[in-house]
Amino acid sequence: MSKHMLSVNNLEVTFVSGLDQIHAVRGVSFDVKPGESYGIVGESGSGKSTVLRAICGLAPTSGGALHLNGTEIATPRRPDFYRQVQMVFQDPYASLHPRHTIDSVLSEPLAIQGFDRRDERIAQALEDVGLGVGFRFRYPHQLSGGQRQRVAVARALILEPQVMLLDEPTSALDASIQAEVLNLLERLRAERGLTYVMVSHDLAVISHMCERLLVMEHGLAVEELTREDLRARRAKTDYTAKLLRASAGYTKEDVPA
Amino acid sequence: MSLLDVQNLYVTFPTRNGPVDVVRGVSFNLGRERLGIVGESGSGKSQTGRAILGLTPPPGSARADQLSFEGTDLRNLTPKQWRKLRGKRMSMVMQDPKFSLNPVMAVGKQLMEVLRTHGAGRAAAKQAALEMLEAVQIRDPERVFRAYPHELSGGMGQRVMIAMMLVSQPDLLIADEPTSALDVTIQIEVLRILDRLVAERGMGLIFISHDLRLVSSFCDRVLVMYAGRVVEELKASELEQAKHPYTQGLINCLPDIDEDRHPLPVLDRDGAWAE
Repeated sequence: MSKHMLSVNNLEVTFVSGLDQIHAVRGVSFDVKPGESYGIVGESGSGKSTVLRAICGLAPTSGGALHLNGTEIATPRRPDFYRQVQMVFQDPYASLHPRHTIDSVLSEPLAIQGFDRRDERIAQALEDVGLGVGFRFRYPHQLSGGQRQRVAVARALILEPQVMLLDEPTSALDASIQAEVLNLLERLRAERGLTYVMVSHDLAVISHMCERLLVMEHGLAVEELTREDLRARRAKTDYTAKLLRASAGYTKEDVPA
Repeated sequence: MSLLDVQNLYVTFPTRNGPVDVVRGVSFNLGRERLGIVGESGSGKSQTGRAILGLTPPPGSARADQLSFEGTDLRNLTPKQWRKLRGKRMSMVMQDPKFSLNPVMAVGKQLMEVLRTHGAGRAAAKQAALEMLEAVQIRDPERVFRAYPHELSGGMGQRVMIAMMLVSQPDLLIADEPTSALDVTIQIEVLRILDRLVAERGMGLIFISHDLRLVSSFCDRVLVMYAGRVVEELKASELEQAKHPYTQGLINCLPDIDEDRHPLPVLDRDGAWAE
């Protein structure tokens, strides 16, 4: 077992469209310990989701190295990579196939990875995320947003991964449903010793879920903080301080910068 | 006299299982102040805002015992009378600039259209449009004036929409989640613009949002909606003393940077709240 579950070294992502080159991630590095929950915060366009997608092999990396458990991650990703690393996407309305039942959504990864006891595993996964087998043969449109996100979590968990990449898992949900999904994610992490990398624009959500976090702006890592730093408002950079102020709500006396 | 008076507002949609009331008996008065309407998806907060402007989408329909704007009864206006009111006296900012701006029309032309429709001359309209773009903190108004919506970022698009709604200097602005699609830092800038307009022009503002924390820090008064009803009305500053279990639950289930509560309290919905 290596010291770091996941390490990202000088990651660069460049999108090329025609003659334009967009440098979305510019030299980002961080390490995540086994069993840790690591947060990435930033505003839209900061490259935070792209980092997750790059780890998953969904965005083209143009530089840097990625290590999982001490071994370099191969490109293209091998099937066994996805047994260890799974991702939950932001919008549960877009990430589930509208014409597939929950059963087929959950059995597809099992079939690809050649798992046995599929029937039991599907029932167990639905039980684990608090849905129950009654949901097994429904379609996504018969579920609410929170229930869909539970299905997305079940789909990721069914392969028994060690690392979960969570891309704004609650930003499309109502506040009360957000609390339920966050509790679910916390419980699953405690039960299974999972490692999380969670992306969000909401500092309060990140400080609730993660022990350490990285602040990103314009594709650059601005600074790394611990939860305690965040609570004590120990921001080293102006940008983090500005984010902290803005997340506290609207203040009248605040003069525009 | 209050700016807007709403008594016993109902919005009804026909469904296969008979008519469903999505707004049920909402009443409130609005002066020249900032009123927040908070609720989760499906609580009827947006439909309340739309009904005030007569924009309930068919086949839905709205009815009320009283619905008046500065003494004008809004319930039985003809389309022609509505056109005189909407845009000029009262207007609405929608949630997403991607769907609310005309994609094949330059921003400046869309801004001028509001004024031209209400009788302003071309030169005056252009002047006012440029000034308004400046007022919403757009740094290069001339460029944005000529730009098409796809050439603007989300935050810029949202500011353009706010400019468009304010260029005619309405007395009442209904803002339906005007900042939900924006980053937190831009969100604060947009609120500051709205705040200034309320203070300087004495505009009435209805701010519809799901974000309780934001609303309580921005508005003077808050209506909390659940299942089509107003379950509680509060001064924004007294939100902490909310009495209704739904409001308390909504406040409690938000994670906070300074608090360590694991697991987060979840909302236990009581069937009686919807009665």
